[in-house]
Amino acid sequence: MTTDVKKERSMTIQKEMVAGLFKDLANVQTTGKKVCYTFIPGNLSELIRTFDMLPVYPEINALQSAMRKKSASYIREAEKHAHSEDVCTYVKCDVGMMLNGNIGPTGEKIPEPDILLLSYTGCFTFMKWFETLKRNYPNAEVVMIHTPYQENGTITDEMRDYMTRQLREEVIPKMEKVSGIPFDEKKLKKHLEHAKEAEDWITKIFDSTKHRPSPIDAYFAGVYYIGPINIGFRGTPEAVEYYKELYKEIRERIDNGLGPITPEGEMAEEKYRLVVEGPPNWTNFREFWKIFYDMGAVIVASSYTKVGGVYDMGFRHDPQRPLESLAEYCMNCYTNLNLPQRIDLLGKCIEEYQADGYLTNSIKSCNSFSAGQLGMMRELEDRLEIPVGFIESDLVDPRYFSYSNIKNRLESFFQMLKQRKINYQSTAAEAI
Amino acid sequence: MSKYYLGIDLGSTTSKAVIINDKDEILGRGITNTRANYKVAADIAREEAIYDARFTLLMQKLDREIDSKPVLRQYLNDIRAVFQYLQFERRMQRLEEELRAAVDKFAYDHKAAIVERLELILTTIGPEIKKDFLDNNLGSKNQFFRDIVSERYNEMAEKMDKVYFEPLMLAFDKSITPVENQMVTFNFKELVHESMKMLEQKYRDLPDKPAIEDKGWYYSELNYLKDNYRDVEESLRQYIDEIAAQNIHISNMVGTGYGRALLPFPEDCIKSEILCHAFGAHAVFPDTRTVLDIGGQDTKAIQVDSHGLVTSFHMNDRCAAGCGRYLGYIADEFNISLNELGPEALDAEHETNICSTCTVFAGAEVRELLNVGEKRSNILAGLHRAIVQRAMSLLARSGGVRNEFTFTGGVARNQAVLKYVKEMVAESYGKDIKMNIHTDSIFMGALGGAMFARRNIETDLPEKKQQKAPKKDKIKVTINDPS
Repeated sequence: MTTDVKKERSMTIQKEMVAGLFKDLANVQTTGKKVCYTFIPGNLSELIRTFDMLPVYPEINALQSAMRKKSASYIREAEKHAHSEDVCTYVKCDVGMMLNGNIGPTGEKIPEPDILLLSYTGCFTFMKWFETLKRNYPNAEVVMIHTPYQENGTITDEMRDYMTRQLREEVIPKMEKVSGIPFDEKKLKKHLEHAKEAEDWITKIFDSTKHRPSPIDAYFAGVYYIGPINIGFRGTPEAVEYYKELYKEIRERIDNGLGPITPEGEMAEEKYRLVVEGPPNWTNFREFWKIFYDMGAVIVASSYTKVGGVYDMGFRHDPQRPLESLAEYCMNCYTNLNLPQRIDLLGKCIEEYQADGYLTNSIKSCNSFSAGQLGMMRELEDRLEIPVGFIESDLVDPRYFSYSNIKNRLESFFQMLKQRKINYQSTAAEAI
Repeated sequence: MSKYYLGIDLGSTTSKAVIINDKDEILGRGITNTRANYKVAADIAREEAIYDARFTLLMQKLDREIDSKPVLRQYLNDIRAVFQYLQFERRMQRLEEELRAAVDKFAYDHKAAIVERLELILTTIGPEIKKDFLDNNLGSKNQFFRDIVSERYNEMAEKMDKVYFEPLMLAFDKSITPVENQMVTFNFKELVHESMKMLEQKYRDLPDKPAIEDKGWYYSELNYLKDNYRDVEESLRQYIDEIAAQNIHISNMVGTGYGRALLPFPEDCIKSEILCHAFGAHAVFPDTRTVLDIGGQDTKAIQVDSHGLVTSFHMNDRCAAGCGRYLGYIADEFNISLNELGPEALDAEHETNICSTCTVFAGAEVRELLNVGEKRSNILAGLHRAIVQRAMSLLARSGGVRNEFTFTGGVARNQAVLKYVKEMVAESYGKDIKMNIHTDSIFMGALGGAMFARRNIETDLPEKKQQKAPKKDKIKVTINDPS
């Protein structure tokens, strides 16, 4: 591994985009822009932008707090305010941050919400989270739309109609009321065009792991790549520009036969290709990542990078069917897929990206992800005869990240993969 | 020159070493309790395995002669027992020095009386332990120096007045760890010769006609030895000298277990205990598809394929309740030794319901139950069942018991745990599931490590990496009496 860590141009663009957003948020009192709190899964970025509002994502704030080592004190603060130890730690971290003055990752104060928009109800915690926020921000408008679960693995016309009616009758009127701006369908269509283009690029980016060595890590670096598309830039020309640039850089890596970039430089040798299910741990993100790249493991696909949208199964926002495609987008969230759909999706990733192993990172405080994880793992193991591993940690509560236990289990997992590789190579050699 | 391979399993509670030959046959086993110093524990286990291997080689050399002269077998077993005693004695001398120094340093009041009592304990327990070693009376307890000494020492100290008891126990606590953490090396040949000398005395003193109450003796063999050991002694000495001179060259070694990272081995010689336990269990029972290992601080449910390769595994996370340490804690709560837990639990009339989610909570529950008059054996049975229930949940998470099932780890030696594992596996997965439990269950990780060490020569070492791996299904291991 080289020690030379080159700052790619895409990294600079992303940094500027994020800084710009937080600056805009800090200046709302002078610009008069309205603030919409919403969540990543099922986020209606294009609609928010159509009403010229600025988005705030509480779970992004929580994970940023964790990466800045602030989550432990925020969680303690929330627990002092009667949030149980078992409550989702994103919620507690966010509540703690709010109780501590709501200072965001750039050190600037995040403004209070003018509207709380819940556009994905598959996570029950989201509802409770916004109920808590509503109590703290009594002046904020609340709009919640119900997202039907894909119980039968399909989106029916009735489900789509049910969603578009809610968008038309609930969401849009409330947004018009809060922003004071009338709904402009043309503007929305323009944003959707940009969204579609960004989605094409990000699909290509995550598809680049087909190459050997994989030019990117689709989990640890992937969470950075999904940043712009997830935190409100989907539907903007800036996002398209960012993803184009990123793809160009990845293309260069492919042409030069280079592996992924890690915090310590380029990964020298790709030994294992993995598909990972479940969110990463944020409190010890670097340490966690290091265990993988030190072992020569690259993640070629992950479910977590699909939480803000599943684009690799063909879904695109469609300017010609604006509300319908927004409805489909919400219902296509990764955690809104039924378990057989998730298994098929992960199975496709394992096969297309030629993964050597499948790993589940089970999150103590996330029910949305944890439900069904073991069953999915068993099914994939049986169906594809892929070695599987299971570790446990948490999103942003450092008390639930045990480095030595995780390292111990991962070492066993990688040795298991190595042993199987040796055995299969020898079996193949014998067959020849 | 013969090649030997060493596997070392540095567990959180015990450290194990196994030496195999190039046919994967176990030649030597060594075990010690892991205290603060993993390095010393590894060295002690390895040394013990090497001595054990020399005895095995000696037995192998005498194979034909043993058949024709059964006296030889008994004589060798006696030598081995005395050999172990002599090692114990060296450590005991060190402990005595430490104890005297500790009493001198810590006990300010009644010092002379405490010194007097310490000497009384030492002069009483020393000969008692010697007799137990020489008569092969230690049973499964003869593994660890600490257990052997502390049992008798505590027993005597407890009977003394509190004024003496506390300083005596304090002195013991301060002295035992440095003694345990000190590596003592022995000369095999010298020690064997010394053992033979000591036996001379034993045999000479044997009564011509044993008293009726001495039921533990093998009268005929001993009397036979009394008269005849000299016939085999000379030829045995020659063999001993030969074996002692033989270089047990360890061609490769693999370390595993919690302390493995502390071993000064190259990266390729450090293996996960998951792989080692599975490989060891599979070698002994080739049809094994599921392995359950309950160790000191973790429980592992492992699925393996027909080659003994791990396909998936599951380990307890966040809490070690339900592992071996849980039993250790409970033993301390009851003030009994670990070895007594299982047999007493088997005497239960029923199992008291006990929560197994937290070791410390279980301790509180135990005290409450004792206060309300629940029988100790029933509580112990409940605790054993609780451990197994947790292990069953882990097994279910790992994919269940798919075919032949092997139970490994130190806890597998506990008969009560074994009883509940058998019951619950049969309940959950059917009575037809074949269950394997081996007398060497505690050594499975070290055995797997040694087997990897042998294979590493051919597969994993950097310069050999391009070579073809051996066919794993040809592994055969011969170990005594699988039960």
